[in-house]
Amino acid sequence: MNLSSFERINEFEWRLPATGAMRVAAVIFADEALLNAMDDKVREQAANVAMLPGIVRASYVMPDAHWGYGFPIGGVAAFDPAQGGVVSAGGVGFDISCGVRCLHTALKTADLDARKGALADALARAIPAGVGSTSNLRLSGNEMDAMLKGGARWAVEQGHGERADLERIEEDGCMQGAAPDEVSEHAKQRQRDEMGTLGSGNHYLEVQRVVEIFDERIASAFGVAVDDIVVSIHCGSRGLGHQIGTEFLRQMAVNASRHNIVLPDRELACAPIESDTGRRYLGAMRAAINCALANRQILTRQVREVFAEIFPQARLPLLYDVSHNTCKIEEHEVDGKTRRLYVHRKGATRAFGPGHPDIPPALRAAGQPVLIGGSMGTASYILAGTARGMALAFGSACHGAGRAMSRHEAMRRWHGRQVMDELAARGILIRSPSWRGVAEEAPGAYKDVGAVVNAADLAGLARKVAKLAPLICIKG
Amino acid sequence: MKRYEHFEHEADIGVRGIGGTCAEAFEQAALALTAVVTDPAKINLVEKIELACVAPDVELLLPDWLNALIYEMSVRHMLFGRYKVEIAGGKLTGAAWGETVDIARHRPAVEPKGATYTGLSVRNDAGLWVAECVVDV
Repeated sequence: MNLSSFERINEFEWRLPATGAMRVAAVIFADEALLNAMDDKVREQAANVAMLPGIVRASYVMPDAHWGYGFPIGGVAAFDPAQGGVVSAGGVGFDISCGVRCLHTALKTADLDARKGALADALARAIPAGVGSTSNLRLSGNEMDAMLKGGARWAVEQGHGERADLERIEEDGCMQGAAPDEVSEHAKQRQRDEMGTLGSGNHYLEVQRVVEIFDERIASAFGVAVDDIVVSIHCGSRGLGHQIGTEFLRQMAVNASRHNIVLPDRELACAPIESDTGRRYLGAMRAAINCALANRQILTRQVREVFAEIFPQARLPLLYDVSHNTCKIEEHEVDGKTRRLYVHRKGATRAFGPGHPDIPPALRAAGQPVLIGGSMGTASYILAGTARGMALAFGSACHGAGRAMSRHEAMRRWHGRQVMDELAARGILIRSPSWRGVAEEAPGAYKDVGAVVNAADLAGLARKVAKLAPLICIKG
Repeated sequence: MKRYEHFEHEADIGVRGIGGTCAEAFEQAALALTAVVTDPAKINLVEKIELACVAPDVELLLPDWLNALIYEMSVRHMLFGRYKVEIAGGKLTGAAWGETVDIARHRPAVEPKGATYTGLSVRNDAGLWVAECVVDV
């Protein structure tokens, strides 16, 4: 990316002043090396977001940003309904409430070693993953609506987990304001046999080892120590979310001129929060958030069943569950005043600082856990939200490594079999129905997650707590 | 003359169909969509489905067509290896031939989530029709 138009605020904060139709500045949090590696499209998209009506303070970009649709992936933007603010289907993305959850296991590395292969095989059998995979769960019309209204809370009531799980999920596992009636029959149809499936692409289920602790105090509050085994699940709202994204993107793009909104890019499709389309989208999008939360909860029950068979001594309480494609109503301080804003995070994680009332009591003093997924074969990280992050970017941090090259380029460079063999030689077991899928997700196709997390930490967005290394990866 | 190809997008993948008519370019773009998942030549053409879409302009018609196919692929668990398209007065009438996904034989790489308006273009380039957009996977 060409940095000549940016002001360097400090080593990790770069500001593109508002020019032309931009209503506010764009701010990128990254070091110079990450910035240089970013596509110029990221700057263009961040500037386009800054042109949208009612945007507050700035259009923010996280260190893992890459070229997305309308919004950059890694984009954060807050809108005020009182100032004509908008909600954007493109600003949430197709995979609504895609996210990561992390489970403790009460196991140490030594407990796992002898039965690692058996665990990998059992997980691969139990977790439906990849294109065309389905689950045995079928929801009737009423059950589907109850799931869309209740999220993980509904799943727990149906026997997919424990009540204690709920407080470890954003929104206590149930997004308020969901409107199942605004979810089309097509979207519900797409979800008919996809509850409890992992999906494909960059989605995964990993068994990981805690290899390093950076902050003992917070790690202890989160209950993680070196050599602990944890399980991380990365997936979203499956076909239902994709269909809602597709349908509302089209409606918003076609109707933008009716709301006197000039779109710098059709993909930035949005509608005023205080409009019929805006309200309908928010109701449907919140239902999709509940779908994602229910889906990860059902996958959790499946994982617990597998562990119970192989490791009867294991216990898998939930550490935390974060979503990274959402629009949520939050209160933030802007110029000394508390304002109620609609915060879009597209490929960005909510990262509330210590003391925030939305953090469960046991974790509140430490800050919200922020779960950062790496790529297959590389590290993942646990961070914690900070007070400074609340002021910097509405309490937001990065969400993953971010791709460094296209799927095509990855496929040209690697073969799935070779990637799997190389990882196996390093003690990482991959289970996937598709070699080509493995090649496209090769570790080298992603940015260095360590550099991304360091930039988030040093910028002050979130604090590094623990590093996790993969042992088993179930890939869609 | 008619063919399909992919183009680069950092996170996802672009599909491009090229043909002598706009309809042919749409057929080829659909083959490019299939090729994101698997080799279209591996798909047996045992079942035919029909679909139609209407859009305010021919450019929006492309993501509408591809999204209609993504929907059918998703709910029918099918992959399609041949397409036929007719376009008249902003309305597309199409057919797709294929079969149920066979994970062992098709080894599907990734599931398309939706066709986007990013990199969207339907144009006549010196007599050849080109229809392209980025697909979120």
